[in-house]
Amino acid sequence: MRKYLISVAAAVSVAVLASSSAMAAGDAIKPPKQNWSFSGLFGTFDRGSVQRGFQVYNEVCSACHSVRLLAYRNLMDIGFTEDQVKKIAAAKEVTDGPNDEGEMFQRPARPSDRFVKPFPNEQAARAGNNGAFPPDLTLMTKARVGGANYLHALLTGYKQPPKDKKLAEGMSYNLYFAGNQIAMAPPLSEGGVEYADKTKATVSQMAHDVTTFLAWAAEPELEWRKRMGVKVILFLLILTGMLYGVKRKVWSDLH
Amino acid sequence: MSDSKFKNPIVAWIDYRLPVFSFMEHELHEYPTPKNLNYWWNFGSLAGIILVIMIVTGIVLAMHYTAHTAFAFDSVERIMRDVNYGWLIRYVHMNGASAFFIVVFIHIFRGMYFGSYKSPREILWILGVVILLIMMATAFLGYVLPWGQMSFWGATVITNLFSAIPIVGDSIVTLLWGGFSVDNPTLNRFFSLHYLLPFVLVGIVVLHIVALHQHGSNNPIGIDTKSPQDTIPFHPYYTVKDLFGLGVFLILFFGFVFFAPNFLGHPDNYIEANPLVTPPHIVPEWYFLPFYAILRSFTADALIYLPISWLMSAKLAGVLAMFASIMVLFILPWLDHSPVKSARFRPLYKQFFWLLIIDCIILGICGAKPAEAPWTYIAQAATAYYFLHFIVIIPLLGFFEKTKPLPTSISEPVLKGGGGSSSAASTKPMEKA
Repeated sequence: MRKYLISVAAAVSVAVLASSSAMAAGDAIKPPKQNWSFSGLFGTFDRGSVQRGFQVYNEVCSACHSVRLLAYRNLMDIGFTEDQVKKIAAAKEVTDGPNDEGEMFQRPARPSDRFVKPFPNEQAARAGNNGAFPPDLTLMTKARVGGANYLHALLTGYKQPPKDKKLAEGMSYNLYFAGNQIAMAPPLSEGGVEYADKTKATVSQMAHDVTTFLAWAAEPELEWRKRMGVKVILFLLILTGMLYGVKRKVWSDLH
Repeated sequence: MSDSKFKNPIVAWIDYRLPVFSFMEHELHEYPTPKNLNYWWNFGSLAGIILVIMIVTGIVLAMHYTAHTAFAFDSVERIMRDVNYGWLIRYVHMNGASAFFIVVFIHIFRGMYFGSYKSPREILWILGVVILLIMMATAFLGYVLPWGQMSFWGATVITNLFSAIPIVGDSIVTLLWGGFSVDNPTLNRFFSLHYLLPFVLVGIVVLHIVALHQHGSNNPIGIDTKSPQDTIPFHPYYTVKDLFGLGVFLILFFGFVFFAPNFLGHPDNYIEANPLVTPPHIVPEWYFLPFYAILRSFTADALIYLPISWLMSAKLAGVLAMFASIMVLFILPWLDHSPVKSARFRPLYKQFFWLLIIDCIILGICGAKPAEAPWTYIAQAATAYYFLHFIVIIPLLGFFEKTKPLPTSISEPVLKGGGGSSSAASTKPMEKA
């Protein structure tokens, strides 16, 4: 009786689990898994890739997308020197003030400033983008199911629409976007940026680099977190092993 | 004073005036504990430790958090980026909520399996259910604070439930919101209450422990301790066992915190709350999923709703069922009138216990799925079974189940297992030298 009940219960739960994963697969195409420098227990951001990714963001994405939670000073964490950061910041203008005359004024950005947004507000962004609002990208890899893999898939997922698919005015067809209709025109094109380190700027390479940059933007603490995590877990393993020894010793007169 | 049991004169002086040391000696050292507690008994003290971790990290987070709709989301990101160790404190607090529920769920199911709710521990059990309810309220309120999309829409869905209450429902919802939608006043009062409730929780936990120490722990065999032979002092035996358990727990917990801190979270909560954009699937945190499934399974065409459809709307039925799924635990000590506590000696109850576990897991899966076939039907069946278990099966088992013979004492099976007869002859309590 007992064996029977347990096997029935097991069969039911297996069936439920199986059908649930089948359902999930039917919803959308799963983005292919990429090889990321920052994944795994000891992952770090590949400095070359993350710096190239900043270049892609700066020259391509930043025309429409903000990364409002990042400050220019943060770029020093990914290997830019202070002088480089000052130069990058100074290329942008920010509104400051009021000054002693009570006027607001424009000045070049400083490393302590947050990244300058391409549009002053959502309305302006929509007006400039066919009614669509380009979302802020700072947390993008944390804010989408699939994370970095999804982002890479989206950036490289532009295809010719199937014949029976009618796209609305100004929309593009993307394999990985929910509903397949995306307002963002294909942002990356072969050789769209010229990398200083002579890496060939293919669409896939640029997508990989800018995704690495955005993964860093979303989790700037990641390297520190993983380094500390390895130490903490090692410490706890030893401590717990010792506690087990103490427990055995204390309980030895009972067993 | 000279006959004080404390050798240290300062300790003796203080204890004569304020008996804190006597109290600790009595409740920790002398406190007799059954000697056969297994590792399932670790989860109570573990839950207490997590409560402390949550309060400490929460107090630090509150120093940096801004409870305003315009700043809440960014203030959390500032904690993650610019506050020293802010990411660690926040990830511990965030994953701590999940850990708290895992540990408490195991603690509750342990109580069910070994019949820990039975006489004389009914009030101990009831206080535990109150703790669960307050925990759930606190977790819900806390999830709203980062002001992400799931925060906002979760708050909207759950507070709207109260509108199902006849006559006063809408007024209650307005009161909860502090206005006519989830907005800044809602966030402010949720923050205030989220800070308050954990301290209420501490008070009830103290009562929970007082009630526990009145009759001591239940044990895996479920029979009362009869002689000092059956018990051991809590310290050092269980302090060291609890510490080892804590170590194992911390390894798993910090594994999540450092290497998969967002594994149990929802990506949508990293999108700032937007009242104009509804997420396609609004799902609560994982620990609410079984209750969410019960709530949603009462639809107008559901078979389980038909018997009560003349009485109330499907929405109200769902809300009541969700609350009833916890309320039923309050009367569990009286629903289960079998004289045998431990499932080890209740062959049928044991199987129904595992069926209930599977049922809860199925409910959890259904809660995570969109409300469409076949999930709605599975959820309805699982909901029906959940209540069937408590209302019908448990009381019937008390009448019809043939239980196995109980051992005469806790020591008996232990000693049979290879213990020397010399220790059995002694009636002195086990004492640590």
